[in-house]
Amino acid sequence: MVLNVNGIKHEISADPDVALLTVLRDRLDLTGSKYGCGVGACCACTVLINGNPTHSCITRIGTVAGKEITTIEGLEKNGKLHAVQEAFLTTDAFQCSYCAPGMIMSAVALLNNNPSPSEEAIVRAMNGNVCRCGTYPYIVQAIKLASKSSK
Amino acid sequence: MDNPTFILDRRKFLKLTGGGLVVAFVLSDLLSFGGETLSQESTALPPGEVGAWIHIGEDGLVSVYTGKVEFGQNIRTSLSQIVAEELRAPISSITMIMGDTDLVPYDAGTFGSRTTPQMGTQLRKAAATAREALIEMAAKSWNTPASGLSAENGMIVNGATHQKIGYGALTKGRQILHTISDGVPVIPAKDWIVAGQTISKVDGRSFITGKHAYVSDMKVSGMLYGKVLRSPSYHAKLVSADVSKAKDLPGVTVVRDGDFIGVVASDVVTAGKALQFIEANWQEETGQPSTATIFDYLVKNAALEDAERSSGDKKGDVEAGVTGADFQHSQTYHINYIAHVPLEPRAALAEWTDGKLTVWTGTQRPFGVQDDLSRIFKLGKEKVRVIVPDTGSGYGGKHSGEAAIEAARLAKIARKPVKIVWTREEEFTWAYFRPGGVIEVAAGVKKDGTITSWKFTNYNSGNAGLDTQYKTANKQLSHLPSKTPLRQGSYRALAATGNVFARESHMTDLARLIKMDPLEFRLKNLEDDRFKAVLQAASRAFGWDKPKAPGHGYGIAGGFEKGGHIATCAEVQVNEDKEVKLLRVTQAFECGAIVNPHHLENQMMGAIIQGIGGALFERIDFAAGKILNSSLSAYRVPRFSDVPKIEVVLINREDLPSSGAGEAGIIGIAPAIRNAILDATGMALTTLPMIPNGTLG
Repeated sequence: MVLNVNGIKHEISADPDVALLTVLRDRLDLTGSKYGCGVGACCACTVLINGNPTHSCITRIGTVAGKEITTIEGLEKNGKLHAVQEAFLTTDAFQCSYCAPGMIMSAVALLNNNPSPSEEAIVRAMNGNVCRCGTYPYIVQAIKLASKSSK
Repeated sequence: MDNPTFILDRRKFLKLTGGGLVVAFVLSDLLSFGGETLSQESTALPPGEVGAWIHIGEDGLVSVYTGKVEFGQNIRTSLSQIVAEELRAPISSITMIMGDTDLVPYDAGTFGSRTTPQMGTQLRKAAATAREALIEMAAKSWNTPASGLSAENGMIVNGATHQKIGYGALTKGRQILHTISDGVPVIPAKDWIVAGQTISKVDGRSFITGKHAYVSDMKVSGMLYGKVLRSPSYHAKLVSADVSKAKDLPGVTVVRDGDFIGVVASDVVTAGKALQFIEANWQEETGQPSTATIFDYLVKNAALEDAERSSGDKKGDVEAGVTGADFQHSQTYHINYIAHVPLEPRAALAEWTDGKLTVWTGTQRPFGVQDDLSRIFKLGKEKVRVIVPDTGSGYGGKHSGEAAIEAARLAKIARKPVKIVWTREEEFTWAYFRPGGVIEVAAGVKKDGTITSWKFTNYNSGNAGLDTQYKTANKQLSHLPSKTPLRQGSYRALAATGNVFARESHMTDLARLIKMDPLEFRLKNLEDDRFKAVLQAASRAFGWDKPKAPGHGYGIAGGFEKGGHIATCAEVQVNEDKEVKLLRVTQAFECGAIVNPHHLENQMMGAIIQGIGGALFERIDFAAGKILNSSLSAYRVPRFSDVPKIEVVLINREDLPSSGAGEAGIIGIAPAIRNAILDATGMALTTLPMIPNGTLG
């Protein structure tokens, strides 16, 4: 089957039941998407499928063939970071940063749908994403900053 | 100095000697620096050994070699700042080489909030020695007194002639080895330019682009994926196993060694399938305790050890102290086992090349894991290299090297590099936990607020934070180790998370008995000025004396652990359905001179939020040797919606040495919330977590 990842088409021969996350990481060497829980409960593996935030750890590749898949590696365009990535850098939200790619992908999806989210809307949209280091307040700050800067 | 570790370190050092360089060897007499007394437990560096070194290349680039590891504390940034400051070199010229046993000097591990006070102090002195040596070299080469020269921005400058020479040019073609002099002048915090400032994570870009390779992301040529067969419950014995079906899968190798069975395959899906194809029969151990029986179990099994009962500090006579009290108050507090849940589970990649084993793994103790591997595989230490890339967190939960050992075992038999990444379920089940415990506190108090006696007994969970930090003429402290049914180990701030909960809960209870304000009661009984200062700072910023709405409550708690002084205020709202909402938290913190204000604030924020989990809902549920909530859909961790309004107040004591900040920030939140619930409802909760089911019982 053909997987369209970050605008590049990849011919993949694999069981259609295999998790998208496994194919991205092990076959396509796109390791920015992370494994955190394997049950869609932490969002470290979040990618966009036709623009919708999706748990790649519980998404079978058979269901996304031909769809537009965007991973963290696909955000940077011609050496220019996405506004959300820039905002994460500016806010310096980091501790271990293992959750950062999933956080950024969820935030990109949120801002695509709602360019000026309220704090409540941010919390609602991001509540599936776990940051075990507890940097949530800075992530909220970063999303607000990205919202402002993309206007 | 002629001990084996030193010789090994010297060999490592000589490997690095390429072009001209200045190196400062750091000796451990520095351990006395910083005005802190180091307990045996917290000493991360045995006396007489090298702690870190600094190398300046001909290109002027500075490499700093340390055994510390980056797990998200942002020490790669803060240690760079410290070196840049003392060396007077641009921070961009500094590279930290961390946690690689082939390259860095021995280090016991990254724990106990020791990086800043210990490694930071050593690197300050090493960098200052290098700076002074460079000045001397320039003075000689220019034939001018050193007093007229200064170090600025990676160059030595002659103030009179404006002559300049870069560090690289100065050391070119030379090989110089310096030991550090203890008396070398370091720059006082009040004069810091680079240290003391907020500087963003030095390699932040690689994380937000997904480019940073954690161990779980790594891949080397010919690498196979490994999986290990786990028993269905703790202590189960393997009776028989049929691995023939697994072996028949294409490209699968099954490794069997006693009760250990592992599989390797060229992809992780096949490895997983092979594991499922193994038909194993286990004999499970019956009669193991459960969440329901654990506290009785811990007390019963500790009580058998009479010898331990007498251990602990004693002052005066607690029985007599009780007699002299106006009020007595006894309470038993219960602390459940909780999990660290590092978002990156344990992972390792092992490779054998010409009899040498190299393992990349996320451990807080690279040299400890090197020891383990060297013992298990009967190899000299020079034949084992452990490398720790920046890792997806640990919180005290990654002292060990289970995945490293498993990957090395599989790679040895498979004769190929093997990577193992634990599943979340494995991480929940086969790592270790923050210990559960039972804490008994009995105290007496006079109407005027004098604490007449304090008896504090901890069963099992540990002695960190055991002592009261308030005045009392009579006290007795005991920690009674017990038999633990679950594997237990370090956690952020160790047992202080439970012991401070018990102490600070009890303090507020005593204040209420004598109808004294809990803040006033604490201040009255305190001698430590730094503790007083944070209590005052937190309560002022919080508005402790401001009126509160009906159904709302205020709570306060604090203490000092591992060089950090902390006070936490919390406001909760409890509605008619007995739902508790944590509205806001104010936390004041002081750990001496601040190295990086934003990253310190970030540590506080993270500690408070992680602490909310253990305070309110995190609990490992277990029965019959099985973990019942071994997934992130069953074990609840704090999320965005759990975060209250948080204000962090940092006190910068430039006159005091910098201490660590990774741990103490977590100890105040649980008792502050508990005391706020008590204030709102009159209900004195005594078990952590306090509200596992969402509402007050």
